[in-house]
Amino acid sequence: MTTDAYIYDAVRSPRGKGRKDGALHEVTSARLSIQMLNAIKERNGLEGHAVEDVIWGNVTQVMEQGGCLARTAVLGSDLDESIPGLSINRFCASGMEAVNLAANQVRGGAGHAYIAGGVEMMGRVPMGADGAAIAADPSLAMEQYFVPQGIGADIIATEYGFSRDDADAFAVESQRRAAQAWDENRFEKSIVTVRDQNGLPILAEDEYIRRGTDMQSLGALKAAFKEQGEVMPGFDKVALIKYPHLEKVNHIHHAGNSSGIVDGSAAVLIGSKEYGERMGLKPRARIKYSAKIGSDPTINLTGPVPVTEKMMAETGLKVSDFDLFEVNEAFSSVVLRFMQAFDADHDKINVNGGAIAMGHPLGATGAIIIGTLLDELERQDKELGMATLCVASGMGAATVLERV
Amino acid sequence: MADFTMKTGDDGVAIITWDVESKSMNVANEQAFMELDGCIEEVLSNDAIKGAVITSGKDSFAGGMDLNVLARMKEDAGEEPAQGLFDGIMKIHHLLRKIERAGMEAKTNKGGKPIAAALPGTAVGIGLEIPLACHRIFASDNPKAKIGLPEIMVGIFPGAGGTTRLAWKLGAMAASPLLLQGKLNDPKKAKAAGVIDEVVDDPVAAAREWVLSEPKIVKPWDEKGYKFPGGAPYHPAGFMTFVGASAMVNANTNGVYPAAKALLSAVYEGAMVPFDTALKIEARWFTNILMNPSSSAMIRSLFLNKEALEKGAVRPDVPDQKVKKVGVMGAGMMGAGIALVSAMAGIEVVLIDQAQESADKGKQYAADFYAKGVSRGKLSQEKMDTNLSRITATTDYEALKGADLIVEAVFEDVGVKAEVTKNVLKVVGEDCIFATNTSTLPITELAKASDKPDQFIGIHFFSPVEKMMLVEIIKGAETGDRAVAKALDYVRQIKKTPIVVNDARFFYANRCIIPYINEGMRMVQEGVAPALIENAAKLVGMPLGPLQLVDETSIDLGVKIAKATKQAMGADYDETVDEILFWMFEEGRLGRKSNSGFYEYDEKGKRQGLWEGLAAHYPVADEQPDLIDVQHRLLMIQSLEAVRALEEDVLMDIREGDVGAILGWGFAPWSGGPLSWLDMIGAAYAVERTGDLTTRFGERFETPALLKDLAANNDSFYGRFQPAVAAE
Repeated sequence: MTTDAYIYDAVRSPRGKGRKDGALHEVTSARLSIQMLNAIKERNGLEGHAVEDVIWGNVTQVMEQGGCLARTAVLGSDLDESIPGLSINRFCASGMEAVNLAANQVRGGAGHAYIAGGVEMMGRVPMGADGAAIAADPSLAMEQYFVPQGIGADIIATEYGFSRDDADAFAVESQRRAAQAWDENRFEKSIVTVRDQNGLPILAEDEYIRRGTDMQSLGALKAAFKEQGEVMPGFDKVALIKYPHLEKVNHIHHAGNSSGIVDGSAAVLIGSKEYGERMGLKPRARIKYSAKIGSDPTINLTGPVPVTEKMMAETGLKVSDFDLFEVNEAFSSVVLRFMQAFDADHDKINVNGGAIAMGHPLGATGAIIIGTLLDELERQDKELGMATLCVASGMGAATVLERV
Repeated sequence: MADFTMKTGDDGVAIITWDVESKSMNVANEQAFMELDGCIEEVLSNDAIKGAVITSGKDSFAGGMDLNVLARMKEDAGEEPAQGLFDGIMKIHHLLRKIERAGMEAKTNKGGKPIAAALPGTAVGIGLEIPLACHRIFASDNPKAKIGLPEIMVGIFPGAGGTTRLAWKLGAMAASPLLLQGKLNDPKKAKAAGVIDEVVDDPVAAAREWVLSEPKIVKPWDEKGYKFPGGAPYHPAGFMTFVGASAMVNANTNGVYPAAKALLSAVYEGAMVPFDTALKIEARWFTNILMNPSSSAMIRSLFLNKEALEKGAVRPDVPDQKVKKVGVMGAGMMGAGIALVSAMAGIEVVLIDQAQESADKGKQYAADFYAKGVSRGKLSQEKMDTNLSRITATTDYEALKGADLIVEAVFEDVGVKAEVTKNVLKVVGEDCIFATNTSTLPITELAKASDKPDQFIGIHFFSPVEKMMLVEIIKGAETGDRAVAKALDYVRQIKKTPIVVNDARFFYANRCIIPYINEGMRMVQEGVAPALIENAAKLVGMPLGPLQLVDETSIDLGVKIAKATKQAMGADYDETVDEILFWMFEEGRLGRKSNSGFYEYDEKGKRQGLWEGLAAHYPVADEQPDLIDVQHRLLMIQSLEAVRALEEDVLMDIREGDVGAILGWGFAPWSGGPLSWLDMIGAAYAVERTGDLTTRFGERFETPALLKDLAANNDSFYGRFQPAVAAE
């Protein structure tokens, strides 16, 4: 006997630039997490042991993000101390994995409700600050042909024939859509203004967007991974060992057509049907399916394709059955490859822009795009959507939502 | 007599002298370690001894380890070779650690006796690893001395603490060129690099004085608060270093050299634990490398057998034939190179060409080469002048009088060569050996121009002579032993590695290289992506892909060889490759020399990408072969020629087949050579694979009878043909 899992609510913070002068730079990882948990609590009237656990995605679990930030955030929030916390890391899909894990716990009968989400303060705890044996341990890095993600994204472009113009055009469209979405208040259901301890607002809108980005402004940017690929330390040669049919790597990605480094957090309330009835909450969507896969770690970021294939094989659904997709914009080539592989319609994908325009707070993004997908399905009054991300070290994750 | 002796002076300083009888350079073996251990025990336990100086009775300190020691550790352990190696290596670590700790109290570092190393000259391999365990290293100011850890060159890495000590002393970044490239330095540069501590006139005296100065002897890593220089792996700076190091080593070795990976792993893993644990980790990786068939094959070919061949393993038993005066006929690039290396070896050279201008140009080539050496500090001006004074550039055959060897390097034409031979023989003495430097013409045929065919021989140099290490000596049908000995003694004088083969088309090296190039061109014709062909070759350890190689050697040479071969072979000639070769020739794409070939070149001649026009003529197929298929075709086509050369008695010694292949044309060094490679994959698999390749790609892959026989008898090339090692 399995129980279905439903999303009852989803919130997210606006994303601040992940830099010293970013609006959220003054906010601690715990405090931002706490505000998301409190928002879920207040919006849904959660009292006492209202959920079984808080599952919190977070990639760089050191310093203030270390020490099981999930439990730390629960204790700092208004949630009851009887609720534990679990920090998890599946790189960029951590926030999504938190949601999927929570949903599957509910489906398996291990409790009726969970809060799932994540946080990443990339300006405060830099990417890579937690080290990584896959990159630094020669017995792993050399055997697995480790290259940084940007090189992987450029390998995708080389292998599948995406030009710099293709990537830039995609980025321009992401910016245009994000700006339009804000102009039309499409995120208002989910956005929680970040406030200080006095209730004063700190950030109410995504800070990273660059309105009016065009091909010309992007054309001025230098390829970001060319130097480390071709000169020091020469990752391209490592790539060519793995992909000997390529003559060289075409470096097309730069800061303007890759995801932004930002601070941000998101939370989702997941529960069974019975839970909603008991709490007087209305389910917004059923989590119809979830999946994760492992794929080639060197090219690294092709995961959305095999995880979608797995989804199709296991559910019988076709890409054309879906009304909307959220494919995380880690790099332009990742989404371009997804569209190419499934001949998917750009009008159904990332309709409100994505991480290229608004940023990619690693541990939170998976939960953010699930919320964005749900809001948009409701806004367009559509039924079926899928969110998916590429994941470092060659992984992929996906969540399928069906409105109820 | 003992390898190590110890004498303690009135001042209480023990001088431990390493002096292996009957060797020109000290080499470490089990006996040596045991004796050194005995000396150290005495130093540490005898209250009358204040400290020690470890030095050598020779003008060098030590040349390294007797690599047979490692083989014995393996063998003696029977069923558990890895355990035997690990235990044996740990024993060496304990000895060196005993020197390093020198009786100090573990926790307080109190007590202990200073032990210095005094190096009179060259100290490499274990010859540097022992000093690195000492508390201070003094080296004689001897610019000819070489100091370093070259183990990586033969497929292993410094495994007696050298890797760990150097990394912990200098940091991963600074230690890299010394460990990963095996860079050797003279004493001054070694000091500047931080490898040794002092360069002095009298290292023993200086070391003795230092021992008596009550110096601080504790190593930084044995003190509290030691920090790995440049940052340990998870220190922010160290992290970037280690991430970069893996990528660089992978990129530079194309991932085919396990020793470089193991070395880096030993440094990385070691940098996060206490020093003694780091040594244990180093020993585990070292064991891992010694158990790797690639390392054994590399040691065998690049160290043991190369040395054996250089020492005259195949030399006939005739008296010393050292060359005093050589006549070089033809002052083109080959002749000039031959003159250059001969003069450097102290041989008087007469360099002859038809025009004085040409002869002078040949001598100038040598002068330019020496001048470069002077400007780089590798050669003194005085030495350059002496070398040059040994070369007489002339048109006058009379100058050849008194020459005991002639090396003819004129135009590759039987008629031209015959005329030169006859004219030379009119001038030179009865005993003079006549050698022809040809890469394609049969020696037996050329010998007909001589009335003394037993004194006629082929000496095939590779271009450029001054760089290439291999020399192929070819016996014609009537070539006598003295001519062979002469050629071998000459090659030894010019410090190159010889192989001796019998006369047959393309001898040995070109016999293997030409099919390699052709196989690459065939694949282009088949629609294999040119990048895949080139990358596959490099990923299997070839220095140049076949298409780059043909660009370097030039398309017109290829056309010339193809035409000559066709003429010689008649109906048996396989014309397949002529189509692409002749087409490139007609397109005027002659390779590097015309700044256009399979690759594009810029105005300065720098190689750019593969020529895009190639795909227009030979479209790249949608379906591409597996990497391993391309690699096996490229390796097998060469290896099968090596087997056939052995079957046909062109190769007389398998060691020459392997050493020659690596030094001559860079055949995948990690494999130990083509025959070692076949042993590594096993005769049974090789038979199966060649059968498969024959079915799919043609008869040129047909399994040789010898290979079938080895497979049928569960035998191997080295199992059957390895010559008994002569006692030293």
